[in-house]
Amino acid sequence: MSGKTSEQKIKFYQKGTFTVGNRLVDEARRSVQGSMERSNAITSGHRACQGCGEALGARYALDAAMRATGGQIIAVNATGCLEVFTTPYPETSWQVPWLHSLFGNAAAVASGVAAAMRVKGREQVRVVAQGGDGGTTDIGFGCLSGMFERNDDVLYICYDNEAYMNTGVQRSSATPPTARTATTPAAGPKPGNVFGTGKNLPLIAMAHNIPYVATASVAHLHDLERKVEKAMAIRGARYIHVFVPCPLGWGSASHDTIRLARLASECGLFPLFEAEHGEITGSIAIRRKVPVEDYLKPQKRFAHLFKDGDGIERIARLQRMADANIKRFDLQRDAKEAPL
Amino acid sequence: MLEQIEGSHAVAKAIALSRPEVICAYPITPQTHIVERCAELIRVGAIRNCEFINVESEFAALSVAIGSSAAGARTYTATASQGLLFMAEAVYNAAGLGLPIVMTIGNRAIGAPINIWNDHSDSMALRDAGWIQLHAETNQEAADLHIQAFKLAERLSAPVMVCMDGFILTHAYERVEIPTQDQVDAFLPPYRPRQILDPSDPYSIGAMVGPEAFMEVRYLAHDKLLQALGVIPEIQKEFEDIFGRDSGGLFHSYRMEDAKTVVVTMGSLAGTVKDLVDDLHKDGARIGVISLCSYRPFPLDGLRYALRGASKVIVLEKSLAPGFGGVLASDVRMALQGVDTHVHTVIAGLGGRPITRKSLARMFARAERGELKDPHFLDLDLDIVRREIDNQRGQITAGPIAENILREIGPCTPKAV
Ligand SMILES: Cc1ncc(C[n+]2csc(CCOP(=O)(O)OP(=O)(O)O)c2C)c(N)n1
Ligand code: SF4
Ligand SMILES: [Mg+2]
Repeated sequence: MSGKTSEQKIKFYQKGTFTVGNRLVDEARRSVQGSMERSNAITSGHRACQGCGEALGARYALDAAMRATGGQIIAVNATGCLEVFTTPYPETSWQVPWLHSLFGNAAAVASGVAAAMRVKGREQVRVVAQGGDGGTTDIGFGCLSGMFERNDDVLYICYDNEAYMNTGVQRSSATPPTARTATTPAAGPKPGNVFGTGKNLPLIAMAHNIPYVATASVAHLHDLERKVEKAMAIRGARYIHVFVPCPLGWGSASHDTIRLARLASECGLFPLFEAEHGEITGSIAIRRKVPVEDYLKPQKRFAHLFKDGDGIERIARLQRMADANIKRFDLQRDAKEAPL
Repeated sequence: MLEQIEGSHAVAKAIALSRPEVICAYPITPQTHIVERCAELIRVGAIRNCEFINVESEFAALSVAIGSSAAGARTYTATASQGLLFMAEAVYNAAGLGLPIVMTIGNRAIGAPINIWNDHSDSMALRDAGWIQLHAETNQEAADLHIQAFKLAERLSAPVMVCMDGFILTHAYERVEIPTQDQVDAFLPPYRPRQILDPSDPYSIGAMVGPEAFMEVRYLAHDKLLQALGVIPEIQKEFEDIFGRDSGGLFHSYRMEDAKTVVVTMGSLAGTVKDLVDDLHKDGARIGVISLCSYRPFPLDGLRYALRGASKVIVLEKSLAPGFGGVLASDVRMALQGVDTHVHTVIAGLGGRPITRKSLARMFARAERGELKDPHFLDLDLDIVRREIDNQRGQITAGPIAENILREIGPCTPKAV
């Protein structure tokens, strides 16, 4: 730390991770997770796997929502890993009022809670609905689209681990091409999930013209917190899509969760952006572009791509997808502009 | 005030008087007039402090209801037929969560073949979802049952379906006594939830329950509906004290004093049967009628007692369990377990087929002579059925049954819409 100021910039990243060290940001912007006073929406002792991105993402998101509202939130949860690992009967990790109804109806249930708060004159109590990618992009999509379209006062957070994890890693419409899941096995001439399928829910959310849409990642926790806080300052339907690696479903090391999330954005496959009323208002520029291989290789779900050179063409196709994102969201502009 | 009013509108008025806080619905015939009128009553300020939410499906309608009820708002929705099946998962869920939602079912057949007319297939399909199911005999009773339903639901913390026959009741203009707001307020206290989502006292609701406790939780769901067997007559009495009218209860008995033959039925059909029974009494027949109001919980003991003097029971029902027979009939047989009373199953009125007094009289006569097969299908055109059975047997590519039958019958206009 003794070097010249010009060197200091480089040290902004923690070694090998591209992570901004907490100690290196100014006081006001430091994460409060170590503080005894942190809001603690989801307390410790839950049953998530080690290194679960969803547990991390949900805790940061809900804590930020609690801070933003002075603790005046009600959480609604779709069926899925988050629901199961936080409420093993008769215990619960939730320090906020929490309701789980079904797999596909979290957005509608949240609309109902918001309606009740309106008629009761308790509009200071805000509603956060949450679901996995399956509960959001597939089975819960109808209810979600309805909630968006009515512009109900709900923040919906999707924790995207790119498959149905709770039932044992099956393909969802958020599963990327080539990824091995239990229903897109790494077998046959085209192993893994096929190309040309799936849907981009953040863009679909934007098409509803709702006040706020954002993508976020557990690799950018400050950014996630900021986006949640921003969302809580807005009334109406809001959507945040958080990228949350799943060590169990992806076949990755528990300690690689943050690194993989960062690589997903740094290679361009998971762009980080936000939009208001259907217009993109900002994105996080890539600091140091990496090839998609760097992201794919540490994950067993993509292992077949690296066997016997079979996957070269398919990796190239994934690279083209990443490059298209970079172009579409202008992610390779001057890195200095990027917020933290 | 006595009003000449459409059944759906009478129900909407009863809902309005019950001071709901959230109403959400998705349109389906024959429920539409109820929710349209509710929406209007909210817009013109006749229902104050209430949100009407237009949702994208019945699944969402009941899901919104689950959210608002869990957050402490008195909540109402309505559906029928395909809509009830579309929300089936949430129907079970609302009961499992113990949420006192009130839902009208405008009873209608289930497709395929698609059919908008009345029978009881829809609510029967969800009879074991853990909801209380009440059936209205008249529009007066339909209106009254809704007011009672909120009280019942909230007292037990259990959801209630009020079933009324599609078109026959929903679209019929009848004289209905509409209560005053003071009466309803005296009868129905504000909703005080047993459980509520509140940041000042955070609960987790809807946690996963494993084998270690699931049996107990389910037993308690059963026990709750058994408690309703006691609470329903209590509320019937409380209602009568304030409104001066006997509405609801477990079932209605008609001319049961010395009845040897008893017709057991449900819903609006009871009216037709009672008229016919009056006529038959003139000829000395000893025939009585029981019309069930509470189908779930099913009043096994009450029915057994009421039927103690009968030597013959004819269950007249608008539902069919394919491959088995009568649905209601099998419940009635359960009530008569170990009793030597002959129970006939008569399936009638499926998909809105008119149930005429003439056909009923003929069927009763055959039952008296011991000529009724079990189950008996009232006014079934056996010729057509036999021909189509032969047709299907004869060729693998016989085509769709429904369309073949329509071709057989030839052009016709529906008799009653
Ligand atoms: C109607 C219905 N269909 C299927 C299921 C089974 N199911 C429960 S959780 C789940 C997977 C959840 O996947 P996702 O929403 O992506 O959340 P994750 O577990 O990955 O966090 C499935 C398929 C269910 N509970 N309900
Ligand atoms: S399976 Fe994945 S999402 Fe589920 S708890 Fe484990 S790491 Fe988290
Ligand atoms: Mg998932």
